[in-house]
Amino acid sequence: MLRLLQMVGRRSLVTVAGLGEFADFVSRALVAAPTARQLGKGFARAINEQGVRCLVVITIVALFAGLVLGLQGYYVLARFGSAGLLGTFVSLTLTRELAPVLASLMIVGQAGSAIAAEIGVNRNSEQIDALTTMGINPLAYLITPRLLAAVFVFPILTTAFAFVGIVGGYLSGSVLLGLDAGVYWSAARSSVDFGDIRECLLKALVFGLLTIAICCHSGFNTHRQIGASGSRAVGISTTRAVVLSSIATLASDYLITSFLV
Amino acid sequence: MKQSQLELSAGAFVLLGIVAIVWFAIQAGARIPIGGSSYALNARFSNVGGLKAGSQVFLSGVPVGRVAKIDLDPQFTATVHMMLNQDVHVPSDTIASIRTSGLIGDKFVALSPGADPQNLAPGSTITDTESAVDLESLISRFAFGSVSSSPSPAVTK
Amino acid sequence: MIDSKLSPILTVKELQKQFGGHVVLSDVNLIVQRGSIVSVLGRSGTGKSVFLKCLAGLLEPDGGEIRFDSGGTNTSRLRCSYLFQANALFDSLTAFENVALPLEQTTRFGTSEIERAVAAALRTLGLEKFAEYYPAQLSGGMQKRLALARALVTRPALVLFDEPTAGLDPPARHSVFSMIIRYKEEYDFTALVVTHDVSEALIFSDRVALLEKGRIYFEGNPADFAASDDSVVRSFGDNAITDSASRDW
Repeated sequence: MLRLLQMVGRRSLVTVAGLGEFADFVSRALVAAPTARQLGKGFARAINEQGVRCLVVITIVALFAGLVLGLQGYYVLARFGSAGLLGTFVSLTLTRELAPVLASLMIVGQAGSAIAAEIGVNRNSEQIDALTTMGINPLAYLITPRLLAAVFVFPILTTAFAFVGIVGGYLSGSVLLGLDAGVYWSAARSSVDFGDIRECLLKALVFGLLTIAICCHSGFNTHRQIGASGSRAVGISTTRAVVLSSIATLASDYLITSFLV
Repeated sequence: MKQSQLELSAGAFVLLGIVAIVWFAIQAGARIPIGGSSYALNARFSNVGGLKAGSQVFLSGVPVGRVAKIDLDPQFTATVHMMLNQDVHVPSDTIASIRTSGLIGDKFVALSPGADPQNLAPGSTITDTESAVDLESLISRFAFGSVSSSPSPAVTK
Repeated sequence: MIDSKLSPILTVKELQKQFGGHVVLSDVNLIVQRGSIVSVLGRSGTGKSVFLKCLAGLLEPDGGEIRFDSGGTNTSRLRCSYLFQANALFDSLTAFENVALPLEQTTRFGTSEIERAVAAALRTLGLEKFAEYYPAQLSGGMQKRLALARALVTRPALVLFDEPTAGLDPPARHSVFSMIIRYKEEYDFTALVVTHDVSEALIFSDRVALLEKGRIYFEGNPADFAASDDSVVRSFGDNAITDSASRDW
């Protein structure tokens, strides 16, 4: 019994210390922003890494998400004789919930894992130490541009997701199931108001900073992995990055939604 | 070089993305007349029943403005502040009523113009109003057979 | 010139470092003179790399003092480069970008100045044809030279070499040391070399230090080291030659 208490205590202390260390990591990376040289170069690279490369997968996932929403929504709403609300249903679901969450999960899968693995290899082959000995702040060089890119990329890709998703809903609802296109579009257009967009973009911003920070942190601390080293440690930190980022996305989504609505 | 290509695609991505976000926001905010000149008109209701800031204002079924905000005054009546398009003028004996689109849809304000040659001045208040219809009381009245004996204007449709 | 050669560029006093109770460095004292090549010898696992990483600021010492002396009136931080055992080149950057990196990130040089400095460094090390190659496309020896180019492009006063000959065959080892001597003249730096390659170190170094049991056991001229009667020094010298040959599989 005492040992159980002790274990709980130790685990929670470790967790709190880890969270503090993570916050310290992120704040140091952000504070380093004004001192970072050639930030534009790293920023451009990070935008490509997170944004441009994820565009295709975001489009595909958004299209199918919209198609399914259109189908399901149509059948449910038609039961109550209000299929005309399909546009409202699809556009609100996407902007408030699905677009930020699914876009975040897809970017984590595509770019977050790559970031964690790349930084993990940087760590493993002493490239991060090399930066330190050259007098370059590794956080400013490796982390800061990626965090800044996330601030732009996540809202942009979330918007793209919402738009493509609404088009997907139109395709299944109107083209496939025969709901009048005008009814769909006017409902979709008039139901989303400014508050919904603000919520959508706020979520995207929070998810972006949180997930990319987790992925960077996980890769950066590859050498501190307990019980694994070398390429296996890179593998573990990549997995860890994706799992923790996904959990963080959904958990913070719940928190934001419950505080905002 | 490779670097310039990288910067090019990043720049295009960010620029197009920001344009998309702004467009998205404008589409959603299209119901708020942005920049377009409008004037204020108030209406006093005993019950606004779910009307909220941002709800639309219709005149003969045409959207002509939206609700800016709703106040409660000390007499427990609700004052609805509306913004109407500048080029829409309504006679001074106009009736404002709160309607519902469909059975469970959004609430909106419907203006029924009268015949008075004088128009309402900006900032004036409409007192001749019909409040929101309470669906439950309507059903109960229907169930107890009192609908026909006391016809409510809102039930005529 | 003579005066500056006699002034110490690096002074290490009573340096201590331990990892979780396991003492690696207990009391290291070393003075490195400006313009010299000093080799730190020692068996594998005696903490040579730890010592070097403490000097480079990668590890925080538990005690003692490390003082760099820039020599002149300039009291700014000493320019010091570190050559990693595994080179630690950025594998996603080309050879050119690797060498340009420290200049881009730590100096106020313009693009054309950087291009000129990098091209010069690559030319000096015979890599000018490989500027657009990635490190993985270069041979082991070329990677080593590329790492040296990156270390020298900032014109450091002190260069720390961590096992520069590890994993190389004897002729390549020899060329690494002659490379250090050649570029030392050209770039005017002081070299601190950590190695287990006793035979090469004795030929090329000005001073030799032996790290044993967490302290500097011997420090002196290569000739004194070779002639020493001390059993530890002798046994190390004799074993290390065969040891290093068999280690570098």
